[in-house]
Amino acid sequence: MDHLTRLENKSIHILREAYSEFKNLCMLWSIGKDSTVLLWLARKSFFGHVPIPLVHIDTSFKIPEMIAYRDRLAIKWRLDMIYGQNLNALKEKQSFPDGNCTRLECCKLLKTEALINTLSGNWPRYRLNHDTGKYELDHNREPYSGVIVGVRSDEEGTRSKERYFSPRGKKSNWDLADQPPEFWNQYKTDFSPGTHVRIHPLLDWTELDIWEYINREKIPTVSLYYNQGDSTRYRSLGCAPCTRPVDSTAKNVAEIIEELKTGQFSRIAERSGREQDKEDGGGLETLRVDGYM
Amino acid sequence: MTALNLEGNRLAEDRENMHIAIVGHVDHGKSTVIGRLLADTGSLPEGKLELVREFCRRNARPFEYAFLLDALKDEQSQGITIESARCFFKTAKRNYIIIDAPGHIEFLKNMVTGASRAEAALLVIDATEGVQENSRRHGYMLSVLGIKQVAVLINKLDLVDYSREVFETVREEYRAFLEKIGIEPSCFIPVSGMRGDNIASLSEKMPWYCGSSVLEILDAFEGEKPEQDKPFRMPVQGVYKFTRDGDNRRIIAGTVEAGTLTVGDKVIFYPSGKISRVKSIEAFNQSKKDKLETGYAAGFTLAEQVFVSRGEIATLAGQLKPGVTSRIRANIFWLGREPFRKHKQYLFKLGTAKIGVTLEEVVKIIDASSLAVTSKDFLDKHDVAECILKLDQDIAFDPPDVLVQTSRFVIVDNYEIAGGGIVEEALADIHQATREKVHLRNIKWEKGYVEEEERAERYSQKPTLVLVTGKKEINRKQVAKVLEKKLFEQGKPVYFYSMGNLLYGIDADIKASVKNDKKEHFRRLAEVANIMLDAGIILIVSVIELTREDVRQLSLGINHEKIVTVWLGEEANTDVEIDLHIPETFSQDKTVATIKEYLQKKGIIFKPW
Repeated sequence: MDHLTRLENKSIHILREAYSEFKNLCMLWSIGKDSTVLLWLARKSFFGHVPIPLVHIDTSFKIPEMIAYRDRLAIKWRLDMIYGQNLNALKEKQSFPDGNCTRLECCKLLKTEALINTLSGNWPRYRLNHDTGKYELDHNREPYSGVIVGVRSDEEGTRSKERYFSPRGKKSNWDLADQPPEFWNQYKTDFSPGTHVRIHPLLDWTELDIWEYINREKIPTVSLYYNQGDSTRYRSLGCAPCTRPVDSTAKNVAEIIEELKTGQFSRIAERSGREQDKEDGGGLETLRVDGYM
Repeated sequence: MTALNLEGNRLAEDRENMHIAIVGHVDHGKSTVIGRLLADTGSLPEGKLELVREFCRRNARPFEYAFLLDALKDEQSQGITIESARCFFKTAKRNYIIIDAPGHIEFLKNMVTGASRAEAALLVIDATEGVQENSRRHGYMLSVLGIKQVAVLINKLDLVDYSREVFETVREEYRAFLEKIGIEPSCFIPVSGMRGDNIASLSEKMPWYCGSSVLEILDAFEGEKPEQDKPFRMPVQGVYKFTRDGDNRRIIAGTVEAGTLTVGDKVIFYPSGKISRVKSIEAFNQSKKDKLETGYAAGFTLAEQVFVSRGEIATLAGQLKPGVTSRIRANIFWLGREPFRKHKQYLFKLGTAKIGVTLEEVVKIIDASSLAVTSKDFLDKHDVAECILKLDQDIAFDPPDVLVQTSRFVIVDNYEIAGGGIVEEALADIHQATREKVHLRNIKWEKGYVEEEERAERYSQKPTLVLVTGKKEINRKQVAKVLEKKLFEQGKPVYFYSMGNLLYGIDADIKASVKNDKKEHFRRLAEVANIMLDAGIILIVSVIELTREDVRQLSLGINHEKIVTVWLGEEANTDVEIDLHIPETFSQDKTVATIKEYLQKKGIIFKPW
């Protein structure tokens, strides 16, 4: 069994455990390459079906191609697609692009807060109606008790301390210092009311693994990852005002793999184009302890 | 860390990865050894070593390789990630992931989490301090976790003038300890992490040492091999049928822990003993296969449909059978905040099975450091003990010498994994005779052409045994009868049966002895239920003061997922696990409506009322 197949099978096992053990389960889909691989793995786990709702937190500042790609795939693969937003903050223009707060505050409001309240059902959720192709207010307000997230341990510091099944407290907080034991393919699938569990099937994958797998499986990815002729491409995707492309001539998956292997980026962090990381001296730790992805 | 290692590490396609745990007493030099390994294999970011040396010079501190690890941790905020728990380096042979379990508090919890992923371990002992409590404790935990490849590094030899005598004294003391716990170390290596002696290459300082360096011994460790040649074992993760988009496959899904499976093979699921044949191997975005191998998270369909559920283990007819029992002798280590006590319900998870368990007896507690045997009635945090456990349902398992993957389990206390263990053997339980009868019945059972699912679809219901129970003075029969009538009026195939009906009918030959043979009584009820449920019917039985043991007995004959228990009136006065409790204040109508609602919510009755 080769390296990618081994990773794939472990992730499938984890996804199936999550599906069996959590009644209110959802999967976060950021439209990025990692969570799209995760979505593909879900299709593998359930033999072509995705019996888990996909949740996207829409900050309204995402690069437009991302939303178009999301809805295209959602319809094609018949995904149970849901999105949530911080409507209040958006209405009151409480955001970095509007000049009313710092990048970190903006992330906290439009991503962390929106995520926590969408998951808990406190704020409205919008669900794709496959008959009309439009999003409608979702009547299901039940909190999600299991949340599948595509974080990888090599991505940035705090993510390497994660478990595959990682409990979050009543306020979605993460107690880094006191994590439950996890061994022998047995995971934390029991949780007290009001708390939830984050599930990380991609923990052992690296950036290169992700691209090699995309290549092997021919997974459709958003065009922003490729150089469209101006010798730049996005290496990590986020909101338009806070994400910068990197210099690269890679025009397709094979060229990205080549680029990663030659070590052009070997000393540049994957998320170096993500401006909020720089403001958070703890390497996203502040954001993540509070419930950020 | 990938960012750092992309160049060399991942250039060669599909290099082997090996996880190594590093353990040892505090301050015996684990971090220094790791720092050295990273530095001497060229796995550090450019200029990092010089930077740390410079820092030490300016702050008038002696340079230590351990500082390197701290410095690398600081880099996380810039996005380059080496962290204390996992470090990466490579040799010409393969990639290594060193798992360090930092922190003195909760060490064991972290060590178990880390080391359980490791294929081999390095155990570090300080030559100046000799064997300490945690040197022994960690060694013992490695043996409990089943890590057989262990190299012992006797560190800080530079501080004892590279004395062969000191090395040999520590070695002999520790060897004697390891021998007692059944670990035969790959080697003992005299090293100095600080000076780099015998780490990446052999040192001239110890001409008396003719063994291998740490790197050489790492490369000599063997990687995990798939259990291809063992009997086929696949714990069932789920039985999937996604009909929404017109997909009619009913797929048994799980990860193959050992052996291989081929289309046409006769499979037996344990503990139920249900038998069928493999019709097809299923996968998404893959060419059709007719063989499944170890390690694959897979799925297959059956030629004849049988009711199997998550928690069972798929095996092959003609191969070694797994053990099936509800009473086991096991070695357990306890990590929980609260002690492991008798008379308390816990959850037991082995493979994909998850069932209630109680501690029956602590046979002996072994001090992980002194190996002294003591006895106690319960397990405290960090105790390691041999125990007897009593399970609420049958489990299927293998002894560790057959397959460790299906002998390891965890215990959950109050939502947390609080302990781990290995099933050593199945013990006799009172259910053995019934279990054998049921297995034989399943083997001999002749099926008609109508599938269970076809019946369920026709009747819009899942066949279920509804047990209506409560204290003596409560009118269980009346509720059960009204419920039957209500369901019947809705067009449901449903049947009421009282224990009296059983007693004077099927039990007529043993009626006199039923008081003494409650077990046989319930075995027969299970057989009646088995027929009725197989016919697609919802069977409603009223029973007085149902106990956990009664349900246990019934679940030998029918799958426990098909049993619903309803307790009427005030608090239960038995130990039975209740699915639905109806308060005494409820009117009869409200009671029946509540039960109906429950059955609907549980998906037992499909169509809305």
